[in-house]
Amino acid sequence: MHVPSPLKCVFFLCVLLVLNGGSVVAADGLTDDSSWFKFDTLPTLIFSIVSLAIVLYAIWSVKSGKKFRIREIPGLKAVEEAVGRATEMGSAILYTPGWGGDIQRPTTIASMNILSTVAEKTAEYDCRLIYPTHDPVIMAVAQEVVREGCIKAGHPDRFRSEDIFYISSSQFGYAAAVDGIISRTKPASVFLLGTFEAESLILAETGNSIGAIQIAGTDSTIQLAFFIVACDYTLIGEELFAASGYLSQNESILASVKAQDILKILIALFVVLAMIWATVSPSSGWWAF
Amino acid sequence: MRTRIPLLVCLVSGIIMFAQYFSSHPIAKTVYNGILEWWQIIFAFTMFVGVAAFIRNSLKNMRRKGEAPYRVAALVGLTLMPLLALIGGTKFGSPFLWAFDNMIAPMQSTVFSLLAFFVVSASFRGFRARTIPATILLLTALIVLIGRIPIAELISESFPKLTFWIQSYPSMAARRAILIGIGLGSMTTALRVILGIERTYLRGE
Repeated sequence: MHVPSPLKCVFFLCVLLVLNGGSVVAADGLTDDSSWFKFDTLPTLIFSIVSLAIVLYAIWSVKSGKKFRIREIPGLKAVEEAVGRATEMGSAILYTPGWGGDIQRPTTIASMNILSTVAEKTAEYDCRLIYPTHDPVIMAVAQEVVREGCIKAGHPDRFRSEDIFYISSSQFGYAAAVDGIISRTKPASVFLLGTFEAESLILAETGNSIGAIQIAGTDSTIQLAFFIVACDYTLIGEELFAASGYLSQNESILASVKAQDILKILIALFVVLAMIWATVSPSSGWWAF
Repeated sequence: MRTRIPLLVCLVSGIIMFAQYFSSHPIAKTVYNGILEWWQIIFAFTMFVGVAAFIRNSLKNMRRKGEAPYRVAALVGLTLMPLLALIGGTKFGSPFLWAFDNMIAPMQSTVFSLLAFFVVSASFRGFRARTIPATILLLTALIVLIGRIPIAELISESFPKLTFWIQSYPSMAARRAILIGIGLGSMTTALRVILGIERTYLRGE
């Protein structure tokens, strides 16, 4: 897979640091307001560069022939089951990205990746996919993703743009509308994948009340608790972001998921190190940046 | 070309947005504000598309059995509120504000209040002591619930302390573990998009 010059990114950051020169810190020790580089963001920059290096290393490893695999994720394995159930029952599938996010959010991007697979399978089985959204930009992107899914499945004629629609930007207006759609159309499967806030339990409980199989995932730990109680499968934490690699089995994406694991180990080691240091030297606080 | 130009735009935009975070230089701020303004313009245009699709769908589905009342209500709401704002403005005492305070706000509160009932039904299902972990969950939830009410201190002074400990240590540790996973997942997803590895938003090409 072609990666468009990622090293430029690192180079650009290095140039920023060099341009910064020595005049960034004011006499009082505070960062100059008009400086090229804010020194208080240095730890973030270092962590970002380390992360980028690890992701690039993992991708390079894959290109050198190394194979990565990720563990089975029940929530993603159930996608096929959910689509199959809806097809057998002759019902629709409802997919909502939640109210909380816009297209820039990684959660929404991760949700789009799962939508792509769901759209492909629904087109293959000729099952109706309903996608109500609160954001017109998400609607436009989702229409393209679903259209491509139908083309991939070999059934471009099964794409129904009217089923991917904008409802309202109001949180409870959106929740009420989706609740109404669930109650009236009674979908066999409900996907709640994206950024959710207070509407999460309202939607999940309505889906539960009609006996739909529900697969949920979000980046909010508060809403995750509601999903765990009300849904059949819940994607917890990074599982939502690993979906793309898991479903597509794209090696570069799987490599980046593996890079996440390496970073997680590094963070765990850092936490242990900081814990020991804090015990030995309680007055020291170098890790608290 | 159809794929490369969007990928290039994404790469350049991603790098600019990433780099501006580390800079407080006026140029970085101008670029950042400029991109935000572009975003607002794009959003405004897509809002037209979204509303047009909503009206088209509502008119089309009105013929479906049982759908008409909901569709009419939605279309009336969609036209009435902007109309009231255009005619009478949005100041205090205007018909728009009256409609917002007396119709929109109560309807939103009604939907929000449903949450209380849903929490009860979800808790009833979630707190069934069928297995050992479920029993631990039930007992922990009971302690936290009792510890959060004023009467807890009358029962035992330990309740609020125990609740605080559960929320600050075991619960927080689990939450932070999930948050680290979410943070790393978000970061690698962003990197995949910037580097052009993740292309679903480009119709997967």
